[in-house]
Amino acid sequence: MSYNINERGYYGDFGGAYIPEMLYPNVEELRQNYLKIMAESEFQKEFNQLLKDYVGRPSPLYFAKRLSEKYKTKIYLKREDLNHTGAHKINNTIGQILMAKRLGKHRIIAETGAGQHGVATATVCALMGLECIVYMGEIDITRQAPNVARMKMLGATVIPAKSGSRTLKDATNEAIRDWINNPVDTHYIIGSVVGPHPYPDMVARFQAVVSEEIQWQLHEHEGKSEPDYVIACVGGGSNAAGAYYHFLDNTNVKLLAVEAAGKGIHSGESAATSVLGKEGIIHGSKTLLMQTNDGQITEPYSISAGLDYPGVGPMHAHLYKTGRAKFLSVTDEEAMSAGLDLCKLEGIIPAIESSHALAVFEKTSFNPTDIVVVSLSGRGDKDLETYIKHFKL
Amino acid sequence: MNRINKKLLEDKKLLSIYFTAGYPSLNDTKAIIEDLEKSGVDMLEIGLPFSDPLADGPTIQASSTQALKNGMTTEVLFTQLKDIRKTVNIPLIIMGYFNPILQYGVEAFCKKCQEIGIDGLIIPDLPIDVYHEKYQTTFERHSIINVFLITPQTSEERIRYIDSISNGFIYMVSSASVTGSQSGFGEAQTQYFKRISNMKLKNPQIVGFGISDSKTFKQATQFTKGAIIGSAFIKYITKFGVKNLKRFIKQIKD
Repeated sequence: MSYNINERGYYGDFGGAYIPEMLYPNVEELRQNYLKIMAESEFQKEFNQLLKDYVGRPSPLYFAKRLSEKYKTKIYLKREDLNHTGAHKINNTIGQILMAKRLGKHRIIAETGAGQHGVATATVCALMGLECIVYMGEIDITRQAPNVARMKMLGATVIPAKSGSRTLKDATNEAIRDWINNPVDTHYIIGSVVGPHPYPDMVARFQAVVSEEIQWQLHEHEGKSEPDYVIACVGGGSNAAGAYYHFLDNTNVKLLAVEAAGKGIHSGESAATSVLGKEGIIHGSKTLLMQTNDGQITEPYSISAGLDYPGVGPMHAHLYKTGRAKFLSVTDEEAMSAGLDLCKLEGIIPAIESSHALAVFEKTSFNPTDIVVVSLSGRGDKDLETYIKHFKL
Repeated sequence: MNRINKKLLEDKKLLSIYFTAGYPSLNDTKAIIEDLEKSGVDMLEIGLPFSDPLADGPTIQASSTQALKNGMTTEVLFTQLKDIRKTVNIPLIIMGYFNPILQYGVEAFCKKCQEIGIDGLIIPDLPIDVYHEKYQTTFERHSIINVFLITPQTSEERIRYIDSISNGFIYMVSSASVTGSQSGFGEAQTQYFKRISNMKLKNPQIVGFGISDSKTFKQATQFTKGAIIGSAFIKYITKFGVKNLKRFIKQIKD
């Protein structure tokens, strides 16, 4: 069985392009060209050069000695937090901006929740001199003021999404509407492995650099290129997709996906899609999503804005359904405490998203000889206010 | 013969109205349908509200959000429409996004539509190939016409394909836009209407998006069979309520 996408744009039962006809030409143009463009040696050269010189890749694979001692296993942290702009998001935006240029687009739109993807998009637009419009929920704009300021400094226009619940899912709706209204000159940079095919696959391929590096870096450390476990948090799922990518079909490597349980899975304030979700359609993709019995999409909750999404990408829905990845969920409280733990033990302040992945060590035990790689997807600077409030610092 | 096909044979330009079920009040649905028929509307699109309507602009989204708040669900809508064929004869189409229909069950949804006397469905985010492979026989078994959209960007080849699997009319989106985002048609639209008309498709075309008054209705129907008004009607009932729908229809038809 393959856990990768098939030629029709599906991971098992999930994926596809459930889009209105108005979007068909845009998505079809991308579908017909993305693999061809990505395979061009000039594209690869430019992509890799920018990842190296601009993003600062490869990001270190760091053996966390004190954390390992505490949990009596071998823990490596994949330091995506050290990338330019502070998270894995930039891997995808670099790839997509180069894609947009080759498709002759000169106007870029994006959605953002916490603002991380918005900042990463505004950054590459500044780098390439392209117009940038970022849609962001009105509520998120007030919650994430520093990232709004960053985007503005980088020259982007931030447009509040005032419809629905005024958060990430509505920002995504608004970005899609913008694309419907501007079908010719605009490229939509989706920030996660969600949306209509080919987005989930394209974003996963741009993020795949993470697991590609893990392989050779681990070989340097341990003399073998496959870990026993890869742990990553899943909102839409792009950092997990990147960390899993080269291990998908190698079942010696166990994959753990960590969702945000918010205030508790059944508290009514949660984003644990694999537990609470059902199969359906969200943002053009057939996947698992949180919805009412009547098929209305519901609002998720997590202390971490990056995990606060009512669906997961179709790849993850497939990994869940087939049992290839084990899905766990971690509450706000557990994540915050794991985050603080990493600060004290390793001197690293993680993003709250990544703290969810770290919280797994309190819930699952590993063998002393197990090699466990954790995707440290982002740094915690953006979350300082939440940390301050939570720990009354 | 399906009421839609019969209506399309009439020698006139058809006026179709879209409204969101459950808006402005939950139980307005039946009265709106009956009044619009009496006012001379030829066909109706009953919007099944969805939380995340991607192809719609702010007017229809706001009406959908309100309808959901009012308590509209698929089940409630079907209950409201239970006896609609005792009083209403014009073709009725349900327009809704795919997820609520998928959750209800496509087979069960089509069956219920047939029982009630719904003649067709418009599901903007149901891909044509998925319909063709998985659901076409279900629709046909229950005599439900599926209506597809085309836009100015749709290629000729794809339009021919859509025409080949359609058996009612083709919903011509007037421009690259979401609903309710423009007023008035320019030369580009006229050229597009003419271009499609010259393709001599087997299915008649009905234009939607951007029609709000008698002028745009005439422009839209010069080369086509009819036109659909949605956002402008929602705006009207938001402002004036649902008591005097005849006045709105009269200003379109004059």
